[in-house]
Amino acid sequence: MKAFTFERLASATDASIAVAAHPGAMFLAGGTTLVDLMKVDVLTPDTIVDVRPLGLSSIAVSDDAIAIGAAVTNSQLAWHPVVRDRFPVLSEAILSGATTQIRNMATVAGNILQRTRCPYFRDVHASCNRRQPGSGCDALEGFNRGHAVLGVSDHCIATHPSDMCVAMVVLDADVHILRSDGSKHSIPFGAFHHAPGDTPHVEVALEYGELITHIVISNLPAARRSHYLKVRDRASYEFALAAAAVVLDLDGDTIRAARLGLGGVASKPWRAFDAEHFLIGRTASDEMFRHAAEVALAGAVGREHNHFKIELAKRAIVRAFATARDANV
Amino acid sequence: MKTNIRVNGAIHELSIDPRLTLLDALREVLNLTGTKKGCDQGACGACTVIIEGQRVLSCLTLVAACEGQHVVTIEGLAKGDELHPMQAAFLHCDGFQCGYCTPGQILSAVCAVQEVRAGVPSHVTRDVRQTVDSATLTDEEIRERMSGNLCRCAAYPNIVAAVRQVLANEVRS
Repeated sequence: MKAFTFERLASATDASIAVAAHPGAMFLAGGTTLVDLMKVDVLTPDTIVDVRPLGLSSIAVSDDAIAIGAAVTNSQLAWHPVVRDRFPVLSEAILSGATTQIRNMATVAGNILQRTRCPYFRDVHASCNRRQPGSGCDALEGFNRGHAVLGVSDHCIATHPSDMCVAMVVLDADVHILRSDGSKHSIPFGAFHHAPGDTPHVEVALEYGELITHIVISNLPAARRSHYLKVRDRASYEFALAAAAVVLDLDGDTIRAARLGLGGVASKPWRAFDAEHFLIGRTASDEMFRHAAEVALAGAVGREHNHFKIELAKRAIVRAFATARDANV
Repeated sequence: MKTNIRVNGAIHELSIDPRLTLLDALREVLNLTGTKKGCDQGACGACTVIIEGQRVLSCLTLVAACEGQHVVTIEGLAKGDELHPMQAAFLHCDGFQCGYCTPGQILSAVCAVQEVRAGVPSHVTRDVRQTVDSATLTDEEIRERMSGNLCRCAAYPNIVAAVRQVLANEVRS
């Protein structure tokens, strides 16, 4: 591991200033991505600024929203009674990811900023446009069974690995950000992550030195009927091959509104707006869910080893919606 | 750099390279070799310790980030010769073969029981709005809650039995 200086600072503004002033500096939260990737020399910061002592570790609940501190752990959020009650899809998504030990370490902001698990990204001897712009992509013709089929380009087909983020994008969360000059702004979750295009190394809408302070999720009464379904190679402690986050607003058998997010198949936390639009006013039947799934995957591009994900995602969508429809809420 | 850390109740002032992980600090600096290094990349759970009451992976934790925090390792569980109930249960149920993953398994299981006591759900809990309890917890729940600890000898059935024994004793008392 490359040597670095470790800084503990008293305030979020000080932390933002410290990183903004050092081109090689990075924020450290739970460490489950950063420390891991530093050990394999994929990330090589020369300064680390610990964000966990900055007072960003609380969840504030009001009647119309919850505000989640950046350093709240994944476990804290998933286990919070109000999250479980109002946004079961979020609790379920988080609990389906990693293990209790990792969820106890990993923070909410760290989950949002986690890097892809593409094996070629992790291997400094492989070609990876995301890690080293212009070096090529070994995944295109390589072992790409786990790779994305939506939002991909000829420069990168890496999958966004998060479960939590798929629920966040479906719930229209807002990411609140502090700049090093002390000013603040927010970015809608759906605009926070970038699809790779021809600049796969530009992953998120954060400017260098900007610090996520908290996430706000406004109340969505329909989210009481929501569900996260994750399909993977083993029952626990594995990334998704396909995942669907759904919210269903029903008027009897008729769909007033639906939301659909996809994980495990896309380059960023994916929102399937066309499929959502298709479902408005339709009967909440498996047949209509299948139609919506066809719409959601219409633009999918499979490669040698990951073609199966297209059909798998469609079936996951149908089952997730059917489970939400049949839930006793 | 200087840092201080409390391990099993004792405060240690350390002069460290910031690259030092908590796992290496425990094993190489403090000679607490009960905590095991398996994969050293957050995949196996052998290095599990308890920080501020939560089970975490010491291999992905920088000791510099533990300033002032309380770490409990396997050496800190027993009270003298009196084993922690989870240690006794692992012995009684034969919850190990080679023993390499065992310290991590036991610390993880101690916390899993606390989490069940707090009623929090897991991935396999039917409805996350439910509050789980010790009396009705399924083996599927125990397996899911312990999935962060791999055992390459596959002593899993007996590990589940040990956790169940501790949960059952709780229900009785």
